[in-house]
Amino acid sequence: MSIKKISKVQPESFEFSKDNLQEVENEIKKYPNDRKASAVLALLNLVQKQHNNWIPLAAIKHVAGLLDIPYMQVYEVSTFYSMFNLSPVGKYFVQVCTTTPCMIRGAKKIVDVCKKNISRNQNELSENKLCSWVEVECLGACVNAPMMQINQDYFEDLDENKTEEIIQTLLEDRLPTPGSAKNRKNTSPEKGKTTLLEVKNA
Amino acid sequence: MLNDKDRIFKNLYNDLGWDIDSAISQGDWAQTKDLISKGKDWIIKEIKDSELRGRGGAGFPTGLKLSFAPKEVNSRPHYLVINADESEPGTCKDRDLLRFEPQKLIEGCLVTSYAISAHTCYIYIRGEYIREGQAIQKAIKQAYEKNFLGKNACGSGWDLDIYLHYGAGAYICGEETALLESLEGKKGLPRLKPPFPALVGLYGCPTIVNNVETIAVVPTILRRGAKWFASLGKPKNTGTKIFCISGDVNYPCNVEEEMGISLKDLIEKHAGGVIGGWNNLQAVIPGGSSMPLLPKSVCETITMDFDSLIRVKSGLGTAGIIVINKDQDIIRCIARIARFYKHESCGQCTPCREGCGWMWRMLERMADGEANYKEIDLLYDVTKQIEGHTICAFGEGAAWPVQGLLRHFRKEIEKKSHEEPLIKKKSNIPYLIDQHLLEEDSA
Repeated sequence: MSIKKISKVQPESFEFSKDNLQEVENEIKKYPNDRKASAVLALLNLVQKQHNNWIPLAAIKHVAGLLDIPYMQVYEVSTFYSMFNLSPVGKYFVQVCTTTPCMIRGAKKIVDVCKKNISRNQNELSENKLCSWVEVECLGACVNAPMMQINQDYFEDLDENKTEEIIQTLLEDRLPTPGSAKNRKNTSPEKGKTTLLEVKNA
Repeated sequence: MLNDKDRIFKNLYNDLGWDIDSAISQGDWAQTKDLISKGKDWIIKEIKDSELRGRGGAGFPTGLKLSFAPKEVNSRPHYLVINADESEPGTCKDRDLLRFEPQKLIEGCLVTSYAISAHTCYIYIRGEYIREGQAIQKAIKQAYEKNFLGKNACGSGWDLDIYLHYGAGAYICGEETALLESLEGKKGLPRLKPPFPALVGLYGCPTIVNNVETIAVVPTILRRGAKWFASLGKPKNTGTKIFCISGDVNYPCNVEEEMGISLKDLIEKHAGGVIGGWNNLQAVIPGGSSMPLLPKSVCETITMDFDSLIRVKSGLGTAGIIVINKDQDIIRCIARIARFYKHESCGQCTPCREGCGWMWRMLERMADGEANYKEIDLLYDVTKQIEGHTICAFGEGAAWPVQGLLRHFRKEIEKKSHEEPLIKKKSNIPYLIDQHLLEEDSA
């Protein structure tokens, strides 16, 4: 359970865009007719996508209306799950994994680079308001540690220099190429495969 | 070492391409129709005979689990739910399967759904895996285009629809009943069992929940036969398993190996050895963060399978191996795991909600050298108050790593805990509500 800060500055209203309304319909269709509530996570995800990566209270009300469920249920869900931001974050939202496997391989250095280049504390916007960072729990890429997620993409096998490079690119309003910083192939051993040797590259 | 021809996941590193045509050329979707035409009982019996155990952590026999689904479908439809909410620290195997072997999973969904009479299958994927979700969604679309899914899927006469459902960053949703709550659009709070999901699960209907890896190996087992699968590994611990080796090794990697391979072989042969050499090894967490760590002496000889690891008071869990060498502060490593559990506790049961934070704070002080020797026993007591006193297995998962630390590295903590206790006399301060039951005076 983490504590969530709800933004004091809130927009007055929220409406899904036309394209996203179509998406909403597709999401609701996945579940039985009387189980529309199941789509709440998907809808909140859509809100984040449309609304600069955070969920305003007006959107929570809007989602509750679309799914015919109490406002409180949507509010509960949006505070329970750690991926839902209830206050503004940067256009480039950097999530640094610091759980033990990443910690062992030097996640603290990555955090220090973020502190130095983005903002002193987590959840604060950088000076040019483009970027913010946060420490998160395991992101499930442990053999590519240390790693971080920026918006939708994973950046793996990082070191201080590479991280600094990535963050400088972000601050210039560009998204660098995701993937391994060591150019290694996915989760295979860096020095070369030890198994599946007969499998040739397609 | 396992032969390449016996490996199930040939595209683990995406050497061959993950699109449906590449998958078919690797042998996926071959004679799926014939497999299904052999009947539900045959499929379940074959899985039982293969002695496949669930790959999600608990190691429950899969064939047995599938047989729990009611034989007849009454007014309530059956569901198959795939647990792709992989968030156990040290584990990243399902990610590769979702990205690079999606057709094996989808084919497994079809066969298993047929065996348990389900027409709908949900894949619950963790919210952070956005790219992986896009990959599997694309794979599902390709399978629909080939008529492998939908009405009369793969010509088998069975209808199946697969839907993808994103989570939103809650570790607890990997617990099967919490996952079902989350699928229903609520907070991920685990349910009391019984009733078990096989009878009352998603929307109150019979539901089978399985891990990605478990379902993805099913088609290969059926195709190559239960005997082949059972011939690999050890009795009751059969088949192959993807191991994720992370932490202080030279070349961290995922690798598919036979169950029962020795830990030393895995680390030395596949992961390039421990950083600083084998003698620099301090401890290994063998099965994702929830499992108690093993000291070096045990690591020398231990083999990686469910039963061997239980014998040394640990477990195979998800087979996420975290290697810790002597350059690391072991107390700090476990304190970080305790912080993870404090963050991820759903807050439903008091022992876990309060105890996880308590353990974390004590371990941090121990790592800083601000604790006193009396607190070591107190910490052990707290773990015992959590273990077994919660609705779901999260309590155990949080308590075990700390117990493992106390079991094997008590001396390290004692060395660091210099502070004098505030009350020096031996005392029995009641700090938990049922402490009075333990005191002799009040008897």
